[in-house]
Amino acid sequence: MAQFDVNINGKNLSVDVDPDTPLLWVLRDHLKLVGTKYGCGIAQCGACTVHLNGNAVRSCQLPVSSIKENKITTIEGLSEEGDHPVQKAWLEHDVPQCGYCQAGQIMSAASLLNSNPSPSDAEIENAMNGNICRCGTYTRIKAAIKTASNSQIA
Amino acid sequence: MSKVKTGMGRRSFIKNVSLAGGGLLIGFNWLACKRAAEESGKEMALEMPEEWFEINGYLKIGDNGVVTIYSPNPEIGQNVKTAMPMLVAEELDVDWSNVIVEQAPLNTDIFSRQIAGGSQSIRQSWEPLRMAGATARQMLLIAAAKEWDVPLSELTVENGIITHSGSDRSIGYGEIAKFAAKVEVPEEVVLKENNNFKIIGTSRKNVDAKKIVTGQPLFGLDVNRDDMLIAMIVQPPAFGLRFKSMDADDARKMPGIKDVFTIDTYPDDMEKEWSDVAAFSKLVVVVGESTWQVMKAKKALKVEWDLKPELTEEIVILEKSPALRDTLGLENSETHESLMANIGPEESQMVRKDGDPEAAFKNAARVIERSYSCPFLAHNCMEPMNFFANVTNGKAELLGPIQTPEFAEKSVSKRLGLDLENIDIQMTRMGGGFGRRLYGNFLVEAAVISDKIGAPVKLVYTREDDMTNGVYRPAYQVTYRAALDGNNNLTAFHVNAGGVGESPLFANRFPAGAVDNYLAESWTIDSHISIGAFRAPRSNFIAGAEQSFLDELAEEMGKDPIQFRLDMLERAGTDPVGENNDYDPARYAGVLEVVRDKSGWNTASTASGRGVAAYYCHNSYVAQVLEMDLEDNQPVIDKVTCVVDCGIVVNPDAAINMVEGGTIDGIGHALYSELTFKDGVSQQSNFDSYRLIRHREAPKKIDVHFIENGMDPTGLGEPPFPPVQGALANALYRATGKRIYKQPFLPEIKAESREIKT
Repeated sequence: MAQFDVNINGKNLSVDVDPDTPLLWVLRDHLKLVGTKYGCGIAQCGACTVHLNGNAVRSCQLPVSSIKENKITTIEGLSEEGDHPVQKAWLEHDVPQCGYCQAGQIMSAASLLNSNPSPSDAEIENAMNGNICRCGTYTRIKAAIKTASNSQIA
Repeated sequence: MSKVKTGMGRRSFIKNVSLAGGGLLIGFNWLACKRAAEESGKEMALEMPEEWFEINGYLKIGDNGVVTIYSPNPEIGQNVKTAMPMLVAEELDVDWSNVIVEQAPLNTDIFSRQIAGGSQSIRQSWEPLRMAGATARQMLLIAAAKEWDVPLSELTVENGIITHSGSDRSIGYGEIAKFAAKVEVPEEVVLKENNNFKIIGTSRKNVDAKKIVTGQPLFGLDVNRDDMLIAMIVQPPAFGLRFKSMDADDARKMPGIKDVFTIDTYPDDMEKEWSDVAAFSKLVVVVGESTWQVMKAKKALKVEWDLKPELTEEIVILEKSPALRDTLGLENSETHESLMANIGPEESQMVRKDGDPEAAFKNAARVIERSYSCPFLAHNCMEPMNFFANVTNGKAELLGPIQTPEFAEKSVSKRLGLDLENIDIQMTRMGGGFGRRLYGNFLVEAAVISDKIGAPVKLVYTREDDMTNGVYRPAYQVTYRAALDGNNNLTAFHVNAGGVGESPLFANRFPAGAVDNYLAESWTIDSHISIGAFRAPRSNFIAGAEQSFLDELAEEMGKDPIQFRLDMLERAGTDPVGENNDYDPARYAGVLEVVRDKSGWNTASTASGRGVAAYYCHNSYVAQVLEMDLEDNQPVIDKVTCVVDCGIVVNPDAAINMVEGGTIDGIGHALYSELTFKDGVSQQSNFDSYRLIRHREAPKKIDVHFIENGMDPTGLGEPPFPPVQGALANALYRATGKRIYKQPFLPEIKAESREIKT
């Protein structure tokens, strides 16, 4: 066990865990930020997606010891009022079915729009291909990303 | 106007007060102070009342007019948590924006069939939920009439405001609720005519959407309690093995680890419920302070396993040939396939026979015979199995994702010897169900673990535990034969279906009833791999196979595939063969006719492959036309046109979402997914080896239409899943020139391609 200082959602926090503990479990078990989901533990499903300095990463593969000064954003910190353009678009399109994968989908989508504010269909599909939705909401996710993209441009 | 008996005794009304008042779930702030407004992104604060009044077990009304409606059935993503309260709100005549929805806990005194399964939630609660709303509305009206001393018949109500126009008075539900709560429950209430619906048939957003998109705790895996420990299981690595011994010394010494022990979830002498399915009853359990610590300790355990004794005993493989004996041994997919192809059909039992199929086949000018097969599938809910349990002082508190809480309660009662009234089960929102959470072995395991350690515990399966735990959709096979006479008329139809542990046959489904000579046969082969219901059980394979065969048959007969089916349905409608046909030919034909129109079937498609399929299951009818191209042997699905007859559509946009999702899910499993076995070991244990459909592979467009016939609503969670597999197979044939008989399709497409090249 060791002490680690991490910056999560703009707050400096300290956790006492094993150095190899993935960020996913630091968030979920120790910081009680459970919006970031466990799906596979091997970076294949995208449910655990968070932002590292604004870029989408799989928190199940990120040991807490590797985070250092990098800034982490989770679904809870994507916006203060839940009104990030991607979140608003998700509500507008009523995307979720079970909802479990959606935080990861939203974090991937927000990261995509950060780097590419107006992605093509193919760019959306490629950027989102690492996020599995077992309910099959893919067509709605794509529509919502387009809505969010347009609202960011407008 | 339809009058219905309320069937609600005073007793249940009084009893439920304790439920509704104390129905707060532990560890969560379920009573939202805010809820998402209908407009996206904006929040509308709903003021909380100072006092709630219990009107009946389904709802309570605050002194400010805010209404809480309890959604009785488990929410697995089928969106009943929005749709079920909509039924109550409709008859209550309340403004939907004044409604808060809460998940009801298991309560058999008030609710019946608190199950997420069989696409039955809306169908079976269509009357009871509207009745609950209408009963409450009537009690509010009676209270107002009494207060004002006016005849009940002179009152009108709209959006939670009761008005007496004669005296120009009006009062809100919130003001009259305290009096209504004391009114005698009416014995009869009047339900609205369909054309008076204001909420049913209008699109309402998912009541949990805001919490979902902001990452609020909703799911079983999100449950946190200060004093809670984490438990994980270690199960045998192969079906057919059992626990022998372990060396847990290293694991016990690891940081955060509290204990390592074994449990027997389902002892041999326990009387089980149907939902108590587990391939592995005796499990090693690791308990610790945090998930990661327990995961690491699992890997440090040294466990020895041995073969279940019954697997070494010689058994008769084929009853008709008793000399053929073997041991079941550790199973292999190749052996399953071989047994299904060669042995299973020999063991067939006749399930239905019309006319004289033997003679018709003997006299046929041509016989067309095709066999179809599919592999095992794992449910792969995105939220792995888990449950919170706190068993102390003769009481069990259980919280988590379960599709069958009533059965699980009985199981825990029998397993731990607790009275039912001392077991409290509350359901969280579930990260998928798909049938897996009908089987609550993980819930019983959590209860047994908590009982053993005397502490609150959250049992968590890793993805690998989840995928290798069993309760799978089994491998199936079906062989179809059709007899054609010299004029190319279909004279006989023969279906012979079976599978590993279960047959997918539905003997009374189409085309039964449409062919004079019909034979349906069924068989199963034994297995130690546990199986269970998977989204649209059995239909999830046989629909695609049947619809592929009908497509091939239509082609052999020189008929348009839609017209061919319509002709058969015409026959089944006007002059049905047999008496137990389970479908309505007119509704079946209806979805086919509309899909022909909506997909532009009669005009040439720009896609290289276009296929159609239609199926009836879970009381609903679905027809789909799928259009696709092939790029480097990868199917690119341009468009799927779906036409659904599920009667009244309660929440249209959410219903469209469900049809889109079911369509994608059906395509994905037919094309990509399989679980195979070698020496009893599942060869896929995570998403690197088990393939699920992804964004790039989803259809570019899904067009959904509903038949408007005003009939009572039927299921929607399952029906869109099965037929699209047939539409896909038929489109693939048009695109490639090759029929595909085996799921998953993708390896078959690639194999065909290699054959063509060489």
